[in-house]
Amino acid sequence: MNQQIIIAGFGGQGVLFTGKFMAYAGLYQGYEVSWLPSYGPEMRGGTANCNVVISDQPVGSPIVINATSLIAMNAPSLEKFEASVVPGGKIFVDSTLITAKVSRADVEAFYVPATQLAGDNGLKGLSNMIMLGKFIKETGICEAALIEKTLKKVVPPKKAELIEKNMQAIQMGYKL
Amino acid sequence: MGEKFLMKGNEALGEAAILAGCRNFFGYPITPQTELAAYMAKKLPKVGGVFLQAESEVAAINMVYGASAAGKRVMTSSSSPGVSLKSEGMSYLAGSDLPALIVNVQRGGPGLGGIQPAQSDYFQATHGPGHGDFRLLVFAPSTVQEVVDMVFLAFEKADEYRMPSMILADGILGQMMEPVEFPESAHVKTFEKPWATNGMQGKRKKNIVNSLYLQPDELERENFKRFERYQKICDTEQRWEEFMLDDAEVVVVAYGASARIAKNAIRAAREKGIRAGLVRPITLWPFPEKILREKAKTAKAFVSVELSMGQMINDIRLAIECTKPVYLCNRVGGMVMTPDEIEAVIVKAQGGAK
Amino acid sequence: MEKVFGRPAALADVATHYCPGCTHGIIHRLVAEVLDEMGLTEKTVGVCPVGCSVLAYNYFTCDMVEAAHGRAPAVATGIKRALGDQVNVFTYQGDGDLAAIGTAETVHAATRGENITTIFVNNAIYGMTGGQMAPTSLPEMVTQTSPYGRDVKVAGYPVRVCEMLSTLSGTAYAERVAVDCVKNVNAAKRAIKKAFTMQQEKRGYSIIEVLSTCPTNWGLAPVKATEWLRENMMPYYPLGVYKDITQGE
Repeated sequence: MNQQIIIAGFGGQGVLFTGKFMAYAGLYQGYEVSWLPSYGPEMRGGTANCNVVISDQPVGSPIVINATSLIAMNAPSLEKFEASVVPGGKIFVDSTLITAKVSRADVEAFYVPATQLAGDNGLKGLSNMIMLGKFIKETGICEAALIEKTLKKVVPPKKAELIEKNMQAIQMGYKL
Repeated sequence: MGEKFLMKGNEALGEAAILAGCRNFFGYPITPQTELAAYMAKKLPKVGGVFLQAESEVAAINMVYGASAAGKRVMTSSSSPGVSLKSEGMSYLAGSDLPALIVNVQRGGPGLGGIQPAQSDYFQATHGPGHGDFRLLVFAPSTVQEVVDMVFLAFEKADEYRMPSMILADGILGQMMEPVEFPESAHVKTFEKPWATNGMQGKRKKNIVNSLYLQPDELERENFKRFERYQKICDTEQRWEEFMLDDAEVVVVAYGASARIAKNAIRAAREKGIRAGLVRPITLWPFPEKILREKAKTAKAFVSVELSMGQMINDIRLAIECTKPVYLCNRVGGMVMTPDEIEAVIVKAQGGAK
Repeated sequence: MEKVFGRPAALADVATHYCPGCTHGIIHRLVAEVLDEMGLTEKTVGVCPVGCSVLAYNYFTCDMVEAAHGRAPAVATGIKRALGDQVNVFTYQGDGDLAAIGTAETVHAATRGENITTIFVNNAIYGMTGGQMAPTSLPEMVTQTSPYGRDVKVAGYPVRVCEMLSTLSGTAYAERVAVDCVKNVNAAKRAIKKAFTMQQEKRGYSIIEVLSTCPTNWGLAPVKATEWLRENMMPYYPLGVYKDITQGE
């Protein structure tokens, strides 16, 4: 296992949360993990991104330069990070918000109309979890049995009522 | 040891400090260390501790001075520009032989610089933290788990040697989450502080906490005494990690976050048949000269990997008495080197001093 | 023979370094008498920053901490917060220290309502460094760094500390006193006692500003200096209580 993941989008899209889920999923499966957010003024309303590493080996640099996967939640993120993906890597695109196509031929592209699906299914604000569901299906970073345990860990106790909806969203993405 | 969970370096540092018995925190907000202050603001009142947001970095370090004089385990944290403001207080702490923990989650400089990770306060931390002849114990963790372990050590050693200690981290370590587990609080080592100014309370004679010596001979004596202690620290407290070092021809020296990247580079270099290894200083002061001097006997060359314009490289040269070439691999301003960049310098160093 | 006058126990039996005619000695004595009378010496920690009183750690018999220039209120905050009511904490600060380099520390300790007592010695000049213009130097006052007299157009106006701090909610007690005559010395002692009482009652920040002379740097004989203080300082810095949250209780 050596997953080098970039998740990027607008602040408020749950980019950091999605990364945290992945890191915990890795931890629960016995892997070495790291999670590194972008920080600074861009966090406040601008773009947000985070780097997640899941590996058999102790994590060297937590900064992802050669990504095995990219989840792009808005157009600037795809533009900015497309080149960071290694040949043979995977790019996940929220196709509701990004009309452009992945320009590279040496990567696998997955187009998920996550924002649209979330809106249509009463899962507003959970497009990130739909993307995550698809991501889990295509990368196998989280055993199906561990999804709920991981969610319970990363959703703060005060928002426990959201676990069910998050679960639904992940499943929706997984089935795509 | 409990369950492993994910925590940001900044927050893990705060939790470790509380477990290490620190109940007094004085600070001032600055990116990228603010989560630490926020964590303490949330947790300390619940364990009967003191969290106070000071009006300035200068005030914060002086509150630390007061609480330390009172005999309490105390800390403050900041990032580069804020640490500069604390240098007066650090000098007074040292001059008054007071223990305290100062955390610097470094960002790029000089001036206001940037907010992205850097290691450009190496000189400040290890060579000139303030006016006058004094030292800080400087610890440089490389993982979030090590941040936790080092907080205990930094408090203990500060108390043991009656001097301020610093944890020199960077924006990467402060911001990243990694799995951590915490030791039991029962392992906390505490020290008697008969010198504390906590009121005589009818039990003892008056104590004075002071760094003023108007008689030059007296001040000289105090300095010599303090430096005897520093010498003992240099002899006994050098700490480092060795990685693939035994047969290394090229010895990479890197600390903190850059050491993580250096390990990747060394693995890659090894795959190409280059015998590279790492000395990772865990204490930056005292600098791990012993191992470098030892390695200078067999190594072909050294590489200093740092997020600064070549600061630690001077200490490497001094440690090996310039007997071998020392190459520099650096990025600055918040930019971070890639393993490939380090590997390229290792390859160059392996070719010898051409 | 009955001994009717002696050195307070809180004052050490040593010669001070203060200049002849300087009123620091009187103010030290008043603080010491109050500590004795209130039985506070054993629980008191004094903080003396850089300035003429920097060596005060040799003169009081309680625990003492020397602080950097201007930082006494922050250091006192650290001590008091760390130890709470176990200790009685006072700072002893001059005008340059309190109202120039340490203005921020002073204002914020006051506004936080730090439960500490500040003895503020205002002699309108930097004494220790040899007579430079202080934040409280009067308009037209000649000092080493205002050789043509303090020009308010260049150097600004003197700071009235008690007036300023009395506007802050955290200040429990602020009074300006003088030690130029017996009557005022007695009033000063009452004020200092009131300030320490406020601290024992956990009322918040208390400050006693003492108008003081500096014969050496003013270039006046002690008696003349006292007259100068009455004629020049008192009109600009009127004596009186500026804040007392217990008033009307």
